[in-house]
Amino acid sequence: MLNVGKIEEGFVLDHIEAGKSLSIYHHLQLDKLDCTVAIIKNARSNKMGKKDILKVECDINTLDLDVLAFIDHNITVNVIKDGKIVDKKDLVLPKEIKNIIKCKNPRCITSIEQELPHIFMLADEEKEVYRCKYCEEKASESAALW
Amino acid sequence: MRHLMNPLDFSVEELDKLFDLADDIAGNPAKYAHACAGKKLATCFYEPSTRTRLSFESAMLSLGGQVLGFSDAGSSSASKGESVSDTIRIISCYADICAMRHPKEGAPMVAASRSGIPVINAGDGGHQHPTQTLTDLLTIRALKGRLGSFTIGLCGDLKFGRTVHSLINALIRYPNIRFLFISPPELRVPDYITDMLSEKGIEYEEVIRLEDCMAELDLLYMTRVQRERFFNEEDYVRLKDFYILNKEKLALAKDDMLILHPLPRVNEISVEVDDDPRAVYFKQAQYGVYVRMALILTLLEITV
Repeated sequence: MLNVGKIEEGFVLDHIEAGKSLSIYHHLQLDKLDCTVAIIKNARSNKMGKKDILKVECDINTLDLDVLAFIDHNITVNVIKDGKIVDKKDLVLPKEIKNIIKCKNPRCITSIEQELPHIFMLADEEKEVYRCKYCEEKASESAALW
Repeated sequence: MRHLMNPLDFSVEELDKLFDLADDIAGNPAKYAHACAGKKLATCFYEPSTRTRLSFESAMLSLGGQVLGFSDAGSSSASKGESVSDTIRIISCYADICAMRHPKEGAPMVAASRSGIPVINAGDGGHQHPTQTLTDLLTIRALKGRLGSFTIGLCGDLKFGRTVHSLINALIRYPNIRFLFISPPELRVPDYITDMLSEKGIEYEEVIRLEDCMAELDLLYMTRVQRERFFNEEDYVRLKDFYILNKEKLALAKDDMLILHPLPRVNEISVEVDDDPRAVYFKQAQYGVYVRMALILTLLEITV
């Protein structure tokens, strides 16, 4: 079993569906941060069989976690301070997501207007339905992630 | 500064005020003849729509204002690749208010976010056409005397017809309305609409034959099967003549039923119906001018 050391301050994102950690790495823009990041793939899990884990050593205010809820709200977010878990965050579906998914409607203005952000609004919290802010097209399961 | 993107942008109370103003304009056109003197309306039409554009222009001219604009993308800077955001910034320097028609859905909303002047969505692809909905509501209110407590039949292309979707969304805010959706199975109203009606406990029924429900209707809203909404010519040809309203079918209707149509009509209403007093689709075009006049005054915050 591979061992990855403790972090002093930051986040441990646990219970990520196996194989999705790299996509989350990009969506959280961790590549742009100058901090230590451990990407653990296919870790054994009693609950899930296999899972991914991300450990990010950074100031706890630097990450926008809204996007996580959109990708998978079953991810466990542990907030670490002084080497200990000080908080577990419940992921709440964000009201608005920007440049996370692309609108696939070929008739939408986002298909031609240069540098227009692709914005989706939470239209139905219960059914977890997002709609394009401009054309109101429903975000489909297969909506291309950015 | 307010814009109009969606018919639901205005509350029921705000719509009442708008329709009261439209009624007053219809009754006293001379009182409003110079209300917009010195003001300019830009009609930015990236796709042709003679009727809507002329209705806006007629509205502004009837208010004593001026109009400028373009009527297809080919004669605008869009053909050079200019973005909507840039175009509206320029138009904001030339005019006081803008009506925009665009084939891309959401384009007027992008314009509104960058605009220095009020923007009216004059139709964006298959998405919204709020001034058509306001026209429909004003026509019903003026000729039926109320918005609510009636059975309305919506007939034709209920799948792609944006005027139908907008009208349903606008009407559900009024009490005791029963919907009858009359369409071939291929063009039935989308599930998200029937789901929404069920959730809200609003009565509706889906019917295939117009004759089967004609006698129940207080209002019949006919629509055209639009060629431009089909990807496949074969499907269009097969479905375009599915419903034709003629005298024979109309004989089954109530004496005070009203027939509405957003126009243009192709052949879904036989011309023999035009002289029937229940056919109000040409009057509807007149109400369209009144409601656009009221809208221009409201958005420009001009009181007379």
